[in-house]
Amino acid sequence: MSPTFRRYLLTKLTWYLVALVAAVSLNFFLPRLVPGNPVDLIVSRFLQGGGGGASASKTYQAFITQFDLQKPLSGQFLAYLGNIVHGDLGQSFSLFPAKVTTLIGQAIPWTVALQVPAILLGWIFGNLLGALAAYKRGAFDRNLFVSALALSSIPYYALAIVLLYVFAVALPVFPSAGGYSFGTFPHLSWSFLVDALKHYLLPFLSLLVIAIGGQAVGMRSMAIYELGSDYVNYATSLGVADRRVLGYVFRNAMLPQITGLALSLGTLVGGALITEIVFSYPGIGTLLFNAINANDYPLIQGVTLIIIVAVLFANFLVDLAYGIIDPRIRAARTGER
Amino acid sequence: MLTGTRFLRTAIRSSRFNTSLAIVVLVLGFAILGPILSSHDPNTVVGTMNASPTSHPPLGTDNFGRDELTLLMYGTRNSLEIGAIAGLVAVLIGVLVGTVAGFYGGMLEEALMGATNVLITIPAIVVLILLSIALGSRSAVTMGLIIGVTSWPWTARAVAAQTSSLRTREHVDIARLSGASGFGIIMRDVIPYILSYLGMAFTLQLATAVLTEAALSLLGLGPTNTISLGILLQWSLLWEAVRQGVWWTFIPPTFFLSIVSFGLLLLNSSLDEIYNPRLQGGSGSCG
Repeated sequence: MSPTFRRYLLTKLTWYLVALVAAVSLNFFLPRLVPGNPVDLIVSRFLQGGGGGASASKTYQAFITQFDLQKPLSGQFLAYLGNIVHGDLGQSFSLFPAKVTTLIGQAIPWTVALQVPAILLGWIFGNLLGALAAYKRGAFDRNLFVSALALSSIPYYALAIVLLYVFAVALPVFPSAGGYSFGTFPHLSWSFLVDALKHYLLPFLSLLVIAIGGQAVGMRSMAIYELGSDYVNYATSLGVADRRVLGYVFRNAMLPQITGLALSLGTLVGGALITEIVFSYPGIGTLLFNAINANDYPLIQGVTLIIIVAVLFANFLVDLAYGIIDPRIRAARTGER
Repeated sequence: MLTGTRFLRTAIRSSRFNTSLAIVVLVLGFAILGPILSSHDPNTVVGTMNASPTSHPPLGTDNFGRDELTLLMYGTRNSLEIGAIAGLVAVLIGVLVGTVAGFYGGMLEEALMGATNVLITIPAIVVLILLSIALGSRSAVTMGLIIGVTSWPWTARAVAAQTSSLRTREHVDIARLSGASGFGIIMRDVIPYILSYLGMAFTLQLATAVLTEAALSLLGLGPTNTISLGILLQWSLLWEAVRQGVWWTFIPPTFFLSIVSFGLLLLNSSLDEIYNPRLQGGSGSCG
């Protein structure tokens, strides 16, 4: 490890630590910011000793001890940080006494299974289509560009609603809700996998189509930009074979696209919340939706924390990879300006 | 920078610009004129529950027998209002932070851009969820404000980059030599030069904000006691309209969300093309 690279890494690490602390502070302070905020409400309800009978007062009691709510705000914040460091996100209100970490752990595999293939396949097909459009231009490009722009501007949840209506209600080909049939439970068997796949296809397709559109638009403009650049003109005027020039163009246009891929993998936890709500798919989105409707603050804050950590981690990996791949960045960030 | 007449000449010849402008104007007309011309309040019950589209009411009714067409007019208007407030707030904060950082440079720039970069890495949806929960009840204006407050960092970063390249131009040097204050130079010699960019940033922010409002509404954190496109969609999920096949309650708002976003993105990309001739397609529409 060279000293410049070590310095680059250290600066980056510091920045992400700052971002993490800022995000965790927002996560803690924002819900407590406004007078009459949800947390105050909980405390006052608890102090009045009523509002929902014995079980509710037990939940409030747990919440108050867990977050040291008798202490001043600074003490509460330290207690909150301590809990996070120990991997303790508290207990859910609505599903008391279930632990927030357990609930999130149950939901995350569904979200990952939905998002990772959609993001990867969308990226591959989108880039191929975008590069093809930039190369061919003309009518192919015009049609593809406008339809890709149309696809990428349809909000992903709107497409989800339309697909749900068309293929699960109007033409009942696919089941309309859930990750598996009602009455069954997740286990490893052929029939369960087939059932789960049937529930999987529609939400998956709704994410895939949008991802293809977005990637194609990005790749097209990158490739067009590269095709018009000086080194392409120079190489063509030297008589370098078209195929070879295209190879250079593709490689240069890919660099930002790789960043895009890593960044969208970072949003995989929080990027399809509403798709899951539309299809009642048992992932993080549905968990968050239920938590919001039940005013389940520990669970809401647990989910937002997971989303933040995933995004920051992906960003950090991108920067790390760039530091390794691209020597210019190392030089620019560590050298004098 | 393009001069006004050259801009117009290029714009008129660009079919993409014309199409997008037509879409945006039509939607704006529907949203502004609709509620004025409509004869009744959107919450009036005009028919039976979930009545399908007929001659009257033309788009059918919702779960409470309310007129879908009127709901759609008010919903589009409020969504655009939220988007416009958010877009203005985001562009204003972005310009303030970006021009100050880009113009003064040094430690001030480092600090402002550092904060901006930290905010960019924190996902906006998380801050929006937390803010919405903290506020409890939210009007359309509040929605616009919180969306705007969370979406300015990208604009700030781009404005800072453009300002620091403008800073070295001759006309800024002349202004500085003639004794103009920093604020005066930013207002007279920086902002006019990035106005075209700011217009594009606003269309993009507006489109994103309309979609963000809908996303928040679908999460159950939309504006309270207000009809918006997102709220219309949330209702149709809440009352199982999708699974009951009551398509007239959710297809129109879905269509309007998509067409608003498509129109504004197309407008943005055609403006980009007019200002950056390199992006122009091989159609020969422009030399």
